[in-house]
Amino acid sequence: MSSAVLGLELAYWQSTLIRVLAGLVAVLLLTGGVVYLYLFKFVSFMQSRLGPMEAGPYGSLQLLAEVGKWLQKEDIHTEDSDRLVFGLAPAVVLSSTFLMFVVIPAGPDLVIANLGTGIYYVLAVSALSVLGILMAGWASANKYALMGALRAGGQLIAYELPMVLAVLGVVIMAGSLNLQDIVAAQAGGEIFGFSGIGNPYILTQFVAFAVFMIAVQAELTQTPFDMPIAESELVAGYQVEYSGIRFLVYFISEFATAVAFAAVASTLFLGGWALPTSWGLSDGVMNVVGPLLVATKAVLLVGVVFWVRFSFPRFREDQLQRLAWKVLIPIALANILVTAVFKVAF
Amino acid sequence: MSNPLSDFLRDYLTVGIFGSLGFVLVGLLLFIAWLIRPDRRQAQKYIAYESGVDPIGDMWSQTQVRYYIFALLFVMFDVEAVFIFPWATQLEVLGWFGLIEMTLFIFVLLLGLIYAWRKGVLKWA
Repeated sequence: MSSAVLGLELAYWQSTLIRVLAGLVAVLLLTGGVVYLYLFKFVSFMQSRLGPMEAGPYGSLQLLAEVGKWLQKEDIHTEDSDRLVFGLAPAVVLSSTFLMFVVIPAGPDLVIANLGTGIYYVLAVSALSVLGILMAGWASANKYALMGALRAGGQLIAYELPMVLAVLGVVIMAGSLNLQDIVAAQAGGEIFGFSGIGNPYILTQFVAFAVFMIAVQAELTQTPFDMPIAESELVAGYQVEYSGIRFLVYFISEFATAVAFAAVASTLFLGGWALPTSWGLSDGVMNVVGPLLVATKAVLLVGVVFWVRFSFPRFREDQLQRLAWKVLIPIALANILVTAVFKVAF
Repeated sequence: MSNPLSDFLRDYLTVGIFGSLGFVLVGLLLFIAWLIRPDRRQAQKYIAYESGVDPIGDMWSQTQVRYYIFALLFVMFDVEAVFIFPWATQLEVLGWFGLIEMTLFIFVLLLGLIYAWRKGVLKWA
């Protein structure tokens, strides 16, 4: 049995190889692009400075230069550290990030594995990073690291819930967990009988979108939710004992996760790779335009995350838990009920 | 044509392959770093960082129990969220009956949250 990629009949291992390599290249390119665009340039312009300018035109090769620098750093661990767990933790975090990309569709045929469980699988594997962070904090044998890891654990699980409940609103609308089905439901949907722009769920599920994006901000531990790595009180939290290339892995996975969540959000709420069905474009066209569309939407959403990150001060730990449990979860539950009533009534 | 693996399992094999890429990539980077990095060992380099002074006491210190309570609350809510997912996909079939059932279920869920709230569990410190 074979599966078709872009109309070609390929054996399983061939199509898997192509999908995995293309996926890896896309993930790393998007992550590098996002780091350059937002972390190096966007924030620099916001602070009236130029940012890196030396490596490559407009400093565009700065990230490669940084990788070269980190590779040359001595490998240091604390004397009491649990070496095995200490070494595995960055790989667990990076794996969790990669796993999220598996089901995100970029076109009618362009998905690494089109799982039926779709969004449910994304939520499950994204929670794996908590495990990696707790491993890092515990294995470092450092008080700052342990506190940072516990804070991260508490924060990630507290915001996992609003995120899951916000996604449920979309699942009710689309009637499926599969991301391709959710994209199709948005492209073929209609708002009060008008099908000209489909039904991107940001218009009909704006409450879920807002809750989801706030939860994403917290899951990414970006300011204003960066207490786990608060540099002024915890000197980088669970990352404190990591140096050189191991730190780089955390750095990469932080931004790759930002891209992953943004891609999930653009698939769930902004229509993903699809253009409205009523525009009548063929699958062949969408296989070319789709990846560009979903990448653009994802990069724009990452931009929103970073815009918030560079604009707001940090919350306190108690404010963080209060926002999750007393505001976002009740709102998300109410959103589920209202959505369900509308779905059944109309 | 006979097929040793169903498409379902093959999809998850792809997932496994892509997930293991994280470990492969980290291994590769560590290998390259091992080739080119310096290795000058000094005992002081391996002391845990504690703002520049010598670390005091046990590194695996005890922490506040409140994280544990939040974890328990999370497990409760997350398991209940798992039950909502299959209902959400089948809502069109179930109609008003399913809606009323789930309203009751979410109401009970909310009661749990309100109970935790009133008991002061959600208060930090």
